[in-house]
Amino acid sequence: MHEMAICDALLQQIEGIAREHSARVTRVHLAIGPLSGVEPALLRRAYPMACAGTVAEDSDLVIEAAAVRVRCRSCGRESSASAQRLLCAKCGNWQTELTGGDELLLLRVELSKERLVTAQA
Amino acid sequence: MCETCGCSVTPGNVSLAWRPVPHGTTTVDVLGRLLAANDRTAQHNRAHFDRQGVLALNLMSAPGSGKTALLEATADALMHELRMAVIVGDLETENDALRIRARGIPALQITTGSACHLDAHMIHDALHEIALDGLDILFIENVGNLVCPASFDLGQHRNVALLSFTEGDDKPAKYPVLFRSADVVLLTKSDLAPHMPDFEPARAERALRELANDAPMHALSARKGMGMQSWLDWLHQALASVRAAARSMPSNEEPSHGHGQRMAR
Repeated sequence: MHEMAICDALLQQIEGIAREHSARVTRVHLAIGPLSGVEPALLRRAYPMACAGTVAEDSDLVIEAAAVRVRCRSCGRESSASAQRLLCAKCGNWQTELTGGDELLLLRVELSKERLVTAQA
Repeated sequence: MCETCGCSVTPGNVSLAWRPVPHGTTTVDVLGRLLAANDRTAQHNRAHFDRQGVLALNLMSAPGSGKTALLEATADALMHELRMAVIVGDLETENDALRIRARGIPALQITTGSACHLDAHMIHDALHEIALDGLDILFIENVGNLVCPASFDLGQHRNVALLSFTEGDDKPAKYPVLFRSADVVLLTKSDLAPHMPDFEPARAERALRELANDAPMHALSARKGMGMQSWLDWLHQALASVRAAARSMPSNEEPSHGHGQRMAR
């Protein structure tokens, strides 16, 4: 269960952004692929605990699932695949390169200054 | 990776990157790796390894697959040819480091407490205790775990995955993140193969190929000294190619401080 460590890394980044803008974090958007090694359900559960007492307390976590996609090294076609079988959907070749599905990305952070004033009042 | 700005947006996931946002909020686009801090430290570690011409290997497997036994046998086989050191990660105890030191190889134990993996910062701290100077290979024996270690770059040059004959041959399919990242897969405890008819090496290899991984797969028994030569040859080749790459492409990051002045015994 390394999702807490992932949350800590996320928190460090979004706290820095919130500080720069003197604002509170209201929503965080991530993209997570099945081949990132991070389980979205566990991350959702760990997130509120990691955020407690920070500028991101009570913020929403939006996780956008990234699809597994491969490009065939033989026929060049791009197709979707499953995490366990990264084969070309057209020719069945296993020699492919991953073009999507291992994302572990912070896409964007939504901030509110109003909530900061309210929270400090 | 995007070649314009170095972000991780690829043609496959670009659709995730841009979405409208509600009114009344400020939105900051980041589009960066979640583990950016870990990755930066990993890159820094790699710069240290490259500068010293040290091959850094990350050994990953389930608990009990024989990582320490492999290192013991490797130490015995190569100790007159190459200088080696080991960083060992375990939740508790110094047992593995003691076993390796008994073979005359310096070993530093990192006890992670409840943490299920090593990260780049732990390795960076450990580099203050390990002498890289004059070293040929640094083995990093990760915490026995097929899930968490795969997500954290340590700064290693190559990943070594171990799968023993007493496990299931479908593990590459069950743990695709880890086995996809392997640069070599070792089927360990091959002396037990006659007692383990359910484990078919061909099935393990097929599962590995289905992850689009062309890494070599070698069966060996560290305890009985079977099949070790392929592994030792792989080590020599990896060392030569990493040193050649380090010479031809000088790192753009110059570590600002020295590591490896002290030898941990």
